[in-house]
Amino acid sequence: MAIEPTRRSVIAGLMAGATTLALAGPVAALTTAEARDLVDTVVNDINRVINSGGSLDQMVGQFEHIFDKYADVDIIAQSSLGIAFRRATPAQRRAYIAAFRGYIARKYGKRFREFIGGKIEVTGARQIKSGIYEVSSLAKLRGEAPFDLKWLVSDKAGRNLFFNMIIDGVNMLATERQEIGAMLDRNGGNIDKLIAELKHSG
Amino acid sequence: MRRRQTLRPQANPGAPIVDLRRLPAARPLLFGTLAAVALAGCAPAPKGGGVNDPYEAQNRAVHRFNVDLDKTLLKPSANAYGSAVPAPLRQGVSNVASNLSEPSYFVNDLLQGNLAAGVQNLFRFVLNTTAGVGGLFDPSTAIGLAPRPNDFGRTLHVWGARQGAYLEVPILGPSTERDLTGTIVDFAINPLRFALNGNERKAALLAEAGAKLETRFRFSSTIDSILYGSADSYAQERLLYLQNRDYALGIKSKTNQEFLDPYEDPYGN
Repeated sequence: MAIEPTRRSVIAGLMAGATTLALAGPVAALTTAEARDLVDTVVNDINRVINSGGSLDQMVGQFEHIFDKYADVDIIAQSSLGIAFRRATPAQRRAYIAAFRGYIARKYGKRFREFIGGKIEVTGARQIKSGIYEVSSLAKLRGEAPFDLKWLVSDKAGRNLFFNMIIDGVNMLATERQEIGAMLDRNGGNIDKLIAELKHSG
Repeated sequence: MRRRQTLRPQANPGAPIVDLRRLPAARPLLFGTLAAVALAGCAPAPKGGGVNDPYEAQNRAVHRFNVDLDKTLLKPSANAYGSAVPAPLRQGVSNVASNLSEPSYFVNDLLQGNLAAGVQNLFRFVLNTTAGVGGLFDPSTAIGLAPRPNDFGRTLHVWGARQGAYLEVPILGPSTERDLTGTIVDFAINPLRFALNGNERKAALLAEAGAKLETRFRFSSTIDSILYGSADSYAQERLLYLQNRDYALGIKSKTNQEFLDPYEDPYGN
């Protein structure tokens, strides 16, 4: 009897060690559980912010921080600009991504701010193709029917980050491809003017 | 509110259900309605996976009208309502409006052969109308029976109708040929039209107007960012509506497939 817990803890200790080794290895691939963990962390941070009672500016600042930390803003920015990214110079690409970083955080930070008093709960995770995971969550807002919030997660950028959100069926990358495309058109296809506009948009 | 302004109940049962000619913005709506009734699900499929929007020029004109209407009427009214009426009362009004939609959900549940949803919506209606004091409160959701909204546009989808062309309708906003047909049929077959007397119907319209204002007030920042912050608010609203509607109807999204793995080809698709 007395020996049982000891053996268990030894085995558990060995397994934990093995897991650590596997994660440290060069071929450590993202798993469904890790994708879920990432979104759990993001969602906990968001829940903390929307229930913190802070001012709009404070909350937007905190959401910017969440985006910087957990989202692959580089790929979101590139995908949003689409084919025009190819003709941008390296300097324009850097300036565009930097401007986009602030834009996306402000814009979606304001959206999440409308979740005040609500709660997001992770409900499931699955692999949808090699290296791409979909994590499902449910947003429960006061006095509203709950709606689905899906997160797409990958480690293709070198660490686990989310690169897309699908909010009640609305795809963030598709929405931003359309929006940034329209902004570029409005600026006569001029990438520098687009960057200038992005800096005070969102 | 939207029904009062767009679709008028007729005293004479032989008369058309909808007298659109009385409306200032009737012409595009009339055109849209006729197109919807005649073409529901019959418009040609879009080319190259794009949006099916053959009436874009006209839709954009209606969009400008709708944005003006929001700026001059809806948004200021919503702000006034939001600051004058306390939040619990606003929630109660929205609950009443939502409860009054339940009989219509129930009819569509039956038309779609979805008995489980029908039973749930009927139960919600009975419980919220009685224990919930005429729908002011929503005890059904509190005991785990969430609302299951339904509409005749969905019934048409279940029956096999295609989406048809995108339409932006005056006052009502984004729709499609299928969904606008659904809105009109829902109005015609709503059981409450036959159950309520004159004063009750007025109260129901007021509750609906209140619910509309509450939504505009509560999601003000998001709605403002789409209508006034977008580089192309028409295209943005169209995309949001179509994606959200497909999702609600359980139609597999081609868009989600296209944006599944931006790491493979960030610029293309």
